[in-house]
Amino acid sequence: MATARFWRENPSRYNLSASRCGVCGKVFFPPRTVCSTCHRKSIGKMQSLRLAGEGEIYSYSVVHEAPSQYEILKPYVVAMVKMDEGVMLTSQVIDVDFKEVKIGMRVRTTLRRVGEDGPAGVIYYGYKFAPVK
Amino acid sequence: MREVAVIGIGDTKFGELWESGFREIGIQAGLAAVEDAKLTAEEIDALYVGNMSAGRFIEQEHVAALIADYSGLARDHIPATRIEAAGASGGLALRQGYLAVASGMHDIVVVGGAEKMTDVGDVLATEIQASAADQQWEVTFGATFPALHAMIARRHMYQYGTTREQIAQVSVKNHKHGSLNPKAQFQREIDLNTVLRAAPVADPLGMFDCAPFSDGAAAVVLCAMDKARKYTDTPIKIRASAQASDTLALHARSDICSFAATRVAAQKAFRQANLEPKDIQVAEVHDNFTISEILAIEDLGFFPKGQGGKATMEGQTTIGGKVVVNTSGGLKARGDPIGATGVAQVVEIVQQLRGQAGKRQVSGARLGLAQNVGGTGATVVVTILEAA
Repeated sequence: MATARFWRENPSRYNLSASRCGVCGKVFFPPRTVCSTCHRKSIGKMQSLRLAGEGEIYSYSVVHEAPSQYEILKPYVVAMVKMDEGVMLTSQVIDVDFKEVKIGMRVRTTLRRVGEDGPAGVIYYGYKFAPVK
Repeated sequence: MREVAVIGIGDTKFGELWESGFREIGIQAGLAAVEDAKLTAEEIDALYVGNMSAGRFIEQEHVAALIADYSGLARDHIPATRIEAAGASGGLALRQGYLAVASGMHDIVVVGGAEKMTDVGDVLATEIQASAADQQWEVTFGATFPALHAMIARRHMYQYGTTREQIAQVSVKNHKHGSLNPKAQFQREIDLNTVLRAAPVADPLGMFDCAPFSDGAAAVVLCAMDKARKYTDTPIKIRASAQASDTLALHARSDICSFAATRVAAQKAFRQANLEPKDIQVAEVHDNFTISEILAIEDLGFFPKGQGGKATMEGQTTIGGKVVVNTSGGLKARGDPIGATGVAQVVEIVQQLRGQAGKRQVSGARLGLAQNVGGTGATVVVTILEAA
């Protein structure tokens, strides 16, 4: 992946930068320029917002067959997490025994390495989830 | 709007077709369909080709012109258009062909679908398949295409009490149907334990819950209904064609146990055809994963939400059941050459409605439906066909 492609996503990957519709209050991650409910009325009224980083597992899977990028991690847990702001995010769940992962489990985001451009390439960082102790 | 009929069908065997390249399979299916309709080249007004990712699978773009060329149509200079919507590419190509004839712009069009997936290894094929999902916000964070469907399965089990066995039964049933289809990639029956004990791919889904990587092609010839009997005694009428979209990422939806795009496309299709789900005797649905078929038969209205697993276990979707689903073997057993799949579904329905489906024939089939899905339900095409 070109460095610029990842770099321009950094505000959301590092800081959970999101947006909220100024008309109906619905939260979007990553940020959007138009609300899917309010359409034209929302243009120019989308407000930036930073997610607090906590939520609960909505669904999950233990991944056994992974793309080359995640080969060394497998098996790993990937989950859809409903954040307290109401928006859902997808990422890995780490620092947990697979058997303890459950729907409804409280997790919070933590900044981790999510990938790299080959052994000598650029390393990318982003959010993963860990259980709230 | 004019009425449109299918007057010719053709397909290749699906599977690891190492001896054939993309051109060969595309042309084999296309020529078979043209032969079936007894057309001459001069009568073809246009070509539509469904293909997801020839650029990544065989490093060849511009495949519609390629297929037209190798079909011997280069000197006829017909419009040739490639359509891409991930897994729904084939169904969408069919819909574009349908619209072209229904509008009166063209009288006869050929719609093909083709994918050559096995020239790359499984790891790369998995990555290409995952590009149907949201690359930046799902895949980069470790969600594979099977994992996204596994999360749907887990949630469906949690919300509706669907059991692992009920989900696995979809695979058993589709392998059973596939064993009756000489063009299927897998023609052996399997039992429930085989599915349950298979190597895990993305828990709770295992190897036998996932459609394979396949090479293959399928084609149909569409014609204005008022001219169809010039070519065939058994035109199959397209009663409805509907399409809907949804968020690209699964996590952007409030409910992942249902594909809203399937519900919307089905409602539109049933309205256009003035029919209800109970009128359908035979359906091909997009079982790229076992759980996908359970969602499909619920969202299409064949069974109430949450009852798809139970209905499958009871045999209601098996040959002899209330609404027979995936007589071809489905994507699971027939195979899933991505761009070909949506067209192959319609080829199967046409065979059923013509009464030419051999050992897997559903007796008395008059109305059939095909549901073709792109990504995790971001594009859905529903087509309803009738023996005219």
